[in-house]
Amino acid sequence: MAENGKAGSPDFSNWSCPLPLAGYPTIVMGHGGGGKLGNELVENLFLPAFRNPALENLGDAAVLELAGGRLAMSTDSFVVQPLFFPGGSIGELAVNGTVNDLAVSGAVPKFLSASFILEEGFPLAQLAAIVEAMAKAAATAGVQIVTGDTKVVERGHGDGCYINTAGIGQLRAGIAVGPHRAQPGDAILVSGTIGDHGMAIMSVREGLEFESQIRSDCAALNGLIGEVLEAAGGAVHTMRDPTRGGLASTLNEIAQASGVGIAIDEAWLPVRQEVQSACELLGLDPVYVANEGKAVFFVAPEAAEQVLAVLRSHPLGREAARIGQVTAQHPRMLVARTAMGANRVIPIQIGEQLPRIC
Amino acid sequence: MKYLTEFRNGEIAQRMAREIHAIATRPWKIMEVCGGQTHSIIKNGIDQMLPAGIEMIHGPGCPVCVTPLELIDKALAIAAQPGVIFCSFGDMLRVPGTEGDLFQVKGAGGDVRVVYSPLDAVELAAKNPDKQVVFFGVGFETTAPANAMSVHVAKRRGLKNFSLLVSHVLVPPAIAAILESPGNQVQGFLLAGHVCSVMGYWEYPPLAEKYKVPLVVTGFEPLDLLDGIRRAVVQLEAGRHEVENAYERIVKYEGNQAAQKLLTEVFEVTDRAWRGIGVIPKSGWRLSAGYREFDAEERFHITGIHTQESALCRAGDVLRGAIKPAECAAFGKECTPRHPLGATMVSSEGACAAYFNYGRFLSAEELAGAGTGLTHG
Repeated sequence: MAENGKAGSPDFSNWSCPLPLAGYPTIVMGHGGGGKLGNELVENLFLPAFRNPALENLGDAAVLELAGGRLAMSTDSFVVQPLFFPGGSIGELAVNGTVNDLAVSGAVPKFLSASFILEEGFPLAQLAAIVEAMAKAAATAGVQIVTGDTKVVERGHGDGCYINTAGIGQLRAGIAVGPHRAQPGDAILVSGTIGDHGMAIMSVREGLEFESQIRSDCAALNGLIGEVLEAAGGAVHTMRDPTRGGLASTLNEIAQASGVGIAIDEAWLPVRQEVQSACELLGLDPVYVANEGKAVFFVAPEAAEQVLAVLRSHPLGREAARIGQVTAQHPRMLVARTAMGANRVIPIQIGEQLPRIC
Repeated sequence: MKYLTEFRNGEIAQRMAREIHAIATRPWKIMEVCGGQTHSIIKNGIDQMLPAGIEMIHGPGCPVCVTPLELIDKALAIAAQPGVIFCSFGDMLRVPGTEGDLFQVKGAGGDVRVVYSPLDAVELAAKNPDKQVVFFGVGFETTAPANAMSVHVAKRRGLKNFSLLVSHVLVPPAIAAILESPGNQVQGFLLAGHVCSVMGYWEYPPLAEKYKVPLVVTGFEPLDLLDGIRRAVVQLEAGRHEVENAYERIVKYEGNQAAQKLLTEVFEVTDRAWRGIGVIPKSGWRLSAGYREFDAEERFHITGIHTQESALCRAGDVLRGAIKPAECAAFGKECTPRHPLGATMVSSEGACAAYFNYGRFLSAEELAGAGTGLTHG
């Protein structure tokens, strides 16, 4: 566990917090009060980390310029515990989560907002590490954080740090994707191994710590998705990022939205050995475990090999695999062929998976 | 994933299934005792691989399912009390009591926590001396050693704020009860592998002798189950009735003797009510006199419990193997995992939940017709 703890902890060694820490090493109610302390937080932390022309105006709203065309907008709130985990932190999640929601909608993500709800007493050094992670993630994804807000709640009324991000992207011309567009015959591809993020979080969650090498797959997918759409945009019918509820929930949602059946083969699912072992131990099924850096593609069968090749040539898609196909049979249901050659229905879960007694 | 993939090899499984087809000349009814085995059989479609005459009857070995309603109601009452931290394994949280479940108690402000080991609950008690920490200790012989260890440790550490709400049940008396029940059709048993890893299988030869049934200690992976079924069929065809070990990599005849010694010290045999089945004499454990002070029922004195089961639910018939889940009129209609009427629809080890989750609400024809239409390429 000791090693994991290190892997999951923020690396403060190269980070010097620009805030004058002498007076307040932790968040106090005044940081959310709109006065001097709040301004210091903006001037000394958020602005240096996220700096861009739209943000620098510090107006009530960011004023943005976008060429004509259709826009996509998305928002997501992040309440993950623990805040730092092997492979990332709530900071990367908050940026990549919204970037990915825009990307799988066929948009090029451009601008993000970032709102923080901080608990009184939250260490400023941790906030700085989170902000730094967001800045790096935004730079990697090629998006700008152009507006934001900070509120502080009394001790005991929050869980350290909650973040909401909203994002705007420009829809690509000639792309028509959506959860309702899957068609019988479509090949189903996943961009890499499933269940990594959820099990990385589990491995450091209080009361459940176990030793493992599992790291979150948290990553921005807009680059990977952009390459797929440029190579074979017309052949892609549906894209989703299978986050909460995992691959099974995403596939069930698509089966219902499109009114089609989905058939996958359990033997074809890419699952890391460590993830499979940890799931066995806890009585969980990796198809229901969250991902934060994976996308599922439904593509016309004739383009499947081409898309697979594009995915595998990208650093985030090396372990991409074809996992099944869309069928006109068993509409609105996800059916898996088991290793034994039998078929089983994979239903939508009710709430979270519950660990078994024995 | 060595040690797992090798017990899930599809080709070997098909070969073993063909062997069973070749051996079986008559119909046989075999009960898998443990809910974990039921789950694996349905998940992997093992029952679909067997000859038509070989029927798997699902046994009562789901700890969540057989925990009596009165105890669930007591758990809800204790968990709702201020100053209590109520700890449980995850799958007890959704088991319906007469009014609501532990999730609802948690939602209403009760401090209900999922833990992975009863020793975590002991640790919570040490860290929260101003709270009463209660662990919901249910299950068969498998979970008993860890529960016994929790009170053993609590006593050694002198913790006065830890207690166990205990309802342990035992496999051998349940098998005897099933065999003695009027209209019993079970002709052979797959014994629960993990129960035997603790208890060994020295308790079973008298049962095999008295009731003339083959008893095969069996594991949980597809090949384990097929091997257990094959051995049971071989015995039945030959008219033999012996205790056999098909889970040798885990189970020894004498079992885990250190665990058994602790169990004898901490627990004593008692009559137990099984939800859906009724009271079976000498079929469970309660805390022994030396540990009675850690009994949550004595510490909290919950009275005025008036239990009421759903009138529609036939979980008892399912647990006795009298009906298959889909034969219950409420199955998949009034009763689903989202709105379970009985505990068998809650746990992944419950037969009803296993049937529902793996699509057994479809008719056999529908499922066969479904096909995945996949081709390996």
